[in-house]
Amino acid sequence: MYSFEMHKATSVANAAALLAQSGGKALAGGQSLIAAMKLRLAQPGALVDLSGIAELKGIRKEGDAVVIGAMTRHAEVASSKVVTDAIPALAALAEGIGDRQVRNMGTLGGALANNDPAACYPAAVLALNGTVHTNKRQIAADAFFKGMYETALEEGELITSVSFPIPKKAAYIKFVQPASRFALVGVFVAQTAGGVRVAVTGGASSVFRAKALEDALGKAFTNDAARAVKMDAAGLNSDLHGSAAYRAHLIPVLAGRAVMAAG
Amino acid sequence: MGATEPGVIGQSVRRKEDLRFITGAGQYTDDINMARQTAGVFLRSPHAHANIRSIDLTKAKAAPGVVAIFTGADLTGVNGLPCGWLITGTDGKPMNEPPHPVLAQGKVRYVGDQVALVIAETQNQAKDAAELIDVDYEVLPAVVNCVDALKAGAPEIHEQAPGNKCYLWALGDKAAVDAAFAKAAHVSKLDIINNRLVPNAIEPRCALASYDRAADAYTLYVSNQNPHVERLLMTAFVLGLPETKVRVIAPDVGGGFGSKIYLYGEETAMVWASKRVNRPIKWAADRSEAFVSDAHGRDHVTHAELAMDKDGKFLAMRVMTNANMGAYLSTFASCIPTILYATLLAGQYTTPAIYVEVTASFTNTAPVDAYRGAGRPEATFVVERLVHQAAVDMKLPQDEIRRRNFIRTFPYATPVALTYDIGNYDATLDGANELADVKGYAARKADSTRRGKLRGIGYASYIEACGLAPSNVAGALGARAGLFEAGEVRVNPTGSVTVFTGSHSHGQGHETTFAQIVAGRLGIDIANVDVVHGDTGRVPFGMGTYGSRSLSVGGTAIVKALDKVIAKGKKIAAHLLEAAEGDIEFKDGKFTVAGTDRSKAFAEVSLAAYVPHNYPLDKLEPGLDETAFYDPTNFTYPAGTHIAEVEIDPDTGVVTVAAFTAVDDFGNIINPMIVEGQVHGGVAQGIGQALLEHCVYDPESGQLLTGSYMDYAMPRADDLPSFKVGTRVTPCTHNPLGAKGCGEAGAIGAPAAIMNAVHDALSAVGVTRIDMPASPHRVWKAIQSAKA
Repeated sequence: MYSFEMHKATSVANAAALLAQSGGKALAGGQSLIAAMKLRLAQPGALVDLSGIAELKGIRKEGDAVVIGAMTRHAEVASSKVVTDAIPALAALAEGIGDRQVRNMGTLGGALANNDPAACYPAAVLALNGTVHTNKRQIAADAFFKGMYETALEEGELITSVSFPIPKKAAYIKFVQPASRFALVGVFVAQTAGGVRVAVTGGASSVFRAKALEDALGKAFTNDAARAVKMDAAGLNSDLHGSAAYRAHLIPVLAGRAVMAAG
Repeated sequence: MGATEPGVIGQSVRRKEDLRFITGAGQYTDDINMARQTAGVFLRSPHAHANIRSIDLTKAKAAPGVVAIFTGADLTGVNGLPCGWLITGTDGKPMNEPPHPVLAQGKVRYVGDQVALVIAETQNQAKDAAELIDVDYEVLPAVVNCVDALKAGAPEIHEQAPGNKCYLWALGDKAAVDAAFAKAAHVSKLDIINNRLVPNAIEPRCALASYDRAADAYTLYVSNQNPHVERLLMTAFVLGLPETKVRVIAPDVGGGFGSKIYLYGEETAMVWASKRVNRPIKWAADRSEAFVSDAHGRDHVTHAELAMDKDGKFLAMRVMTNANMGAYLSTFASCIPTILYATLLAGQYTTPAIYVEVTASFTNTAPVDAYRGAGRPEATFVVERLVHQAAVDMKLPQDEIRRRNFIRTFPYATPVALTYDIGNYDATLDGANELADVKGYAARKADSTRRGKLRGIGYASYIEACGLAPSNVAGALGARAGLFEAGEVRVNPTGSVTVFTGSHSHGQGHETTFAQIVAGRLGIDIANVDVVHGDTGRVPFGMGTYGSRSLSVGGTAIVKALDKVIAKGKKIAAHLLEAAEGDIEFKDGKFTVAGTDRSKAFAEVSLAAYVPHNYPLDKLEPGLDETAFYDPTNFTYPAGTHIAEVEIDPDTGVVTVAAFTAVDDFGNIINPMIVEGQVHGGVAQGIGQALLEHCVYDPESGQLLTGSYMDYAMPRADDLPSFKVGTRVTPCTHNPLGAKGCGEAGAIGAPAAIMNAVHDALSAVGVTRIDMPASPHRVWKAIQSAKA
């Protein structure tokens, strides 16, 4: 690890000021950033630690949505009664991220800002048609995820919370890459007020919506309907652990399993 | 266990070492620190194959905290690292043995090859400085596959190894095999890849080297499995020092699996450098460094054929293997695909004629050497995959074809140079069939089918040669070292015992097992026995721990020393009891005059030995401290049958291990709990090889593509079923413990059992070949290809 300065922010405004002043990076749970720094793959001159900011934490129900603070840990989401009652699929997703240590440190906001192409949370935000709240604005899920490790967040913009509209039904099925246990392909299926939404993570350079599956499941919310969809392998990832064709095959299979799990 | 053994032997005594391990009190090399210690960091090659045009250290030497930087050019008078086993090829010539420099000499040959040693006040400073070293590389084409390396036009890695060949070696009667094949009723054939593995001990390698100016001597703490061998190779072969000048200490070691047997360049350079900087130097590899620089395992490409008569009786076997040596010959690399592989190809069967050819080649990859099982898993994989295929071809049940060919008369001389002393292969096969509930398999398969899953069952009836090794036999086969073991039993005045063993424990539980042997034989409390290992300054000598040799060879050395202690104790007791020595019996911790109730407790005799007021000083030296060296007369031959059941999801290709049963014959067992643990660990590693682990280099660039746990899949608890484990016992005939060894059996039997089960399951959808690891992607692809 290269040496760096560490700042502890006391409020969102203070964090923004410290980031602007230091030119550093925001530190949420650090489960990707600290590992990259230890490998000398990331070299921020300064870190601004968000863990002491009370306003970024917590889970609450607001009308027809569950709102989760950006610095809420995965383990807190997984065990939250609010989440397990309203959107059990989201709690189950959080319970399946990384390992126990990662879940006790990693945060919702950190995962979304990082937008790892194989991360779980982006699939939930996109499929549930969530809204990302920042210190500057609100960003709809469909406009948030821009590409590999790329989001709509601007310089100095911090996620403060995410609101998840409560779906009629939802489930997430993660097919793990055997080594990393990230999603080789993860499919989140949700019956929302605006229709069926299907988000796929791990399949391409960034999370995406599978429109063909959404159309098919909009007509019949069944395993068979999902399995009948043929996904195009073009544009999907291909690596040691799975070809694009394999991923294209897995997406409808997992979507079908998600439909069955959603009940 | 044998019925005559004393009580504590054969009991599942809790491991004495676990208290310190589970409470964080273990002392690993990285836990040890010295005054004025510096940090060493190795600059490693980013290229698989390149000439070094120049190295500019100017900026790096000026970096904060830098103490010194050394490159290959500085190591004048330092020899290359030796290979401990000379293989003689079919042409009668010694193998090609190119230099293996401690630090690169003008050329790098794999990603991770060490180029410079940077020594600084802190590790971070050393890493910063290493980044400032400017190496001008002329990048050369690379080759990583052991077959490609032999093709015309492949990049030549060493000028001393034309065509990248290390050796072509053969064993067996080719003419007899050819004749048997000519008259065979059926021939089964297979092409097999034994996938390359990264050892992944939980503790990465670590070393702390220091130089004592007053004594003109060095001390090396190193995470290592055999400190005496490390010292011998480093002093006599590389640094040209007397052994007395280097003390090697391998303290607590967090796993080795073979990767810590070898003398590596890193610790050698550090010992040399510690005198130059006159300060201690510590190097602790991180995981990324371990991936590129630890010696890897396996990496064979094999074609095998089995000739049978019309009843499935084996007539002959023919095996052609290519073995990857990596870029340099590691310490025991050359003997793994030959002596420890080809000699095991008879398996448990009476196959009368076997011929095997092994071609070893150099590639631009990390050196390949022994990894848990070392040659024997590769041999078992060939034999048992082939036997599985033969049963399929002959339409015989898997257990039946094995029974038709089992060896039942002992001793049995195989056509590949070994003589099995004892075994009962029917017993372990029958035991496994029963424990695995093979009778209930059809119902389980029907249930899987109902759920849309493919179920398969696979057998592996393996044999291994452990208890390395009769030194004269090994020497005749090219070993450059002895393979005996040493043990010292020091009885202290009050009757407590310190045992010094040349075996090394890095997870095996020697501190308990060896203490049980001593406590059992001497009839004393196990709490009064301490086991010391891993220190050339304290242990008389040792060849270390590998090849499941610790109990059968190291344990026997202790037994021999105990025999001497008891013999001397009888003399002392005879004097104290005023009886003839021949009338003294030793039993249950007491020396007794036969047929009387007159006796002396063990502690009374030991006290007399150290306080010799009433003692036969005219005939006997005081003290009670005996050393023994034991050189075995044969290998030991653990064997058993493993049965795997897998269930495959054809939609995703996921293979689930539904059940795994191992019934093994390890000879007499000292501590059943430790043995069961060894089997569990070995089976987990074997399942890892079969389904998960795969070390992949990019064929063009030679970059390691699986250089972290993000891409290299290790087995985890939820990948494994609860194992069913049993034992059957035929005691080894040629060591007093009757012990054979258990450390590697799991890793030897499991890959073949699992892959046979996978092939059995996939046969339902027309798949005929799938290589390890049977990852979901590969299985799915195989199913798609079979459909097409």
